[in-house]
Amino acid sequence: MKQAISLGVALTCLASAAFAGAAFAADKVVKVGVLTDGSGPYADVGGVGSQLAAQLAIDESGLAAKGWKVELIYADHLNKVDVGASLAREWFDQGKADVIVDTLNSGVALAVSQIVKDKNKVFLNSGAATSDLTGKACTPNQIHWTYDTYALANGTGKALTKAGGDSWYFITADYAFGKALERDTSAVVKANGGQVLGDVMAPLNNADFSSQLLQAQSSKAKVIGLANAGADSANAIKQAAEFGVTHSGQKLAALLIFLSDIHSIGLTVAQGLEFTATYYWDLNDGARAFAEKFSKKSRNAAKPTMVQAGVYSATLHYLKAVDALGSPADGAAVVAKMKALPTDDDAFGKGSIREDGRKIHPAYLLQVKTPAESKYPWDYAKVVATIPAEEAFRPLSQSECPLVKK
Amino acid sequence: MIPLLGISTQALFGQLLLGLINGAFYAMLSLGLAVIFGMLNIVNFAHGALYMVGAFVAWFLLNTFHIGYWPALVLAPVGVALLGMALERTMMKRLAGLDHIYGLLLTFGLALIIQGVFQNLFGASGQPYPPPDLLKGGFNLGFMYLPAYRAWVVVFSLAVCLFTWFMIEKTRLGAILRACTENPELTRAFGLNVPRLITLTYGFGVGLAALAGVLAAPIYQVRPLMGADFIIVVFAVVVIGGMGSILGAIGAGFLLGLVEGLTKVFYPQAANVVVFVIMVAVLLVKPAGLFGKKI
Repeated sequence: MKQAISLGVALTCLASAAFAGAAFAADKVVKVGVLTDGSGPYADVGGVGSQLAAQLAIDESGLAAKGWKVELIYADHLNKVDVGASLAREWFDQGKADVIVDTLNSGVALAVSQIVKDKNKVFLNSGAATSDLTGKACTPNQIHWTYDTYALANGTGKALTKAGGDSWYFITADYAFGKALERDTSAVVKANGGQVLGDVMAPLNNADFSSQLLQAQSSKAKVIGLANAGADSANAIKQAAEFGVTHSGQKLAALLIFLSDIHSIGLTVAQGLEFTATYYWDLNDGARAFAEKFSKKSRNAAKPTMVQAGVYSATLHYLKAVDALGSPADGAAVVAKMKALPTDDDAFGKGSIREDGRKIHPAYLLQVKTPAESKYPWDYAKVVATIPAEEAFRPLSQSECPLVKK
Repeated sequence: MIPLLGISTQALFGQLLLGLINGAFYAMLSLGLAVIFGMLNIVNFAHGALYMVGAFVAWFLLNTFHIGYWPALVLAPVGVALLGMALERTMMKRLAGLDHIYGLLLTFGLALIIQGVFQNLFGASGQPYPPPDLLKGGFNLGFMYLPAYRAWVVVFSLAVCLFTWFMIEKTRLGAILRACTENPELTRAFGLNVPRLITLTYGFGVGLAALAGVLAAPIYQVRPLMGADFIIVVFAVVVIGGMGSILGAIGAGFLLGLVEGLTKVFYPQAANVVVFVIMVAVLLVKPAGLFGKKI
């Protein structure tokens, strides 16, 4: 009897040890989910390039050598809020992801943000622009990494208004992103003594902007602000050149253009455009080093956009925090750890994360080169001005984020 | 300028002219669809994809062989027509005599495959294609600045549409083609090679799509989904014009472009749906379409 009991105790001990072991092994797994536009107007801004960027971060993190198993999954949200939301739910409920990265498209990002908070996971947003993500829609589970509509307005909007462009007319993408960009830019224009004459909405993924451009032309505004992105801004810029917008004395403000857009428009048409970015591949040695690694594996040896660079930078920092904590299970704890640790990587250099979830780094006012100035492939832009990190984003004092203690 | 119903005539004329330009594309694409449906009884869902292929062929000719716009205007449609004829011979032919749904599914699948392949090769964003030197610049019409290239698009596509209509309705060749569809058995008895004529007709139809693609290349981005964006509207145009009616497709194409332009002046939010609202109305009142024969 005594023997039987001790055998039983021994077996129980063994079994619990085995379970503990299993639990320990399971904890050393972290799953990264890249959710982005894989086929729509923003697919070249993020898309499979974002997946590649996340993979580069995983390789560089060295987590595999420390006994971690890092998994990467990828999906296309088709720019549909319902598709993005149900993918996010599926990933979390079935244990397929601990963190969702990228999410180009502000509409999808705002939906994913809520789900991430409810499930206590992590949302690292690189591609979506709306500054609401660190404003009224901020959560303790997310970080807005690369740029936002405030930074764009503060860069391009301010520079053009100060240069004499004191009346604006907007052509705006008709959803959360376009409206946020128009709102933030209008505020900057008015704050700098300019006025907004009107706006016209265009649906996402619009092929023909001639009708909107005609309205913008007849408004007689000095600046036509394009509050759209990706293939939409590329189309609008190209057609603006066709309709002689710039020849009639009006100036075009491409409030958000990506490297992939300049590549697609071509320098002949895009030359001279000023735009704001937080990463440009040829900015400095670190940026070039990341671009080099990226373009070795990318389609047609494309250089990374700032969104893809942000995916890399955010994923890398996330993995550091997860390693320091030992587990990705508590999303809010991981984000708190990420805010506590200073950020440092090739693409963005040294930086930090604010309490409202805003990643802070310098922004750059860039200008598209002329075809004669461009010396090698992807040599598309030059720096006009650097906006220091502390001035590039919305000050905390103006933040509507409930996490910010005032 | 005098305002009209609160809208300046300047805006009105401008938007109408833009509508006419869009209408030119609708007309060219729906014309090809109408020819194919009229002669082959196939609902060609691959039309948008082949329009895209046409634009890509022009882009490819320019960037790889430095062959410019004018030769591409001939070479791209011929190339795509050959591709179309190969598709017809190897696949669509097998569906002759079956229900429409089979042809629709086959061509829809083909469209998805072609678009997928191009997206995989070139990515989603567009490739730049400059307009030919001869057509750079534009005219100041007073109420708007009209790019020379867009004026060319309207004139050229109108000429192509009228030529096609003339060929099919007024020439001996057209009569033979129509005979092939009306009564293939009897036509064959007269010693005509019906399957070959059908293949050629399909080639001609998709060649028209490719021609529209080359015309579109300098205006829109040359990108894999450029046809997918267009094709649904174009189908609505064909339905409104009357399935298989050549004149109906041309007329409805230009007409709907104009209506869309007008909608953009008076109620811009409805511009995307106005074509479909008209389609529903036409189907309710005249199920065969505006110019269609009675079903």
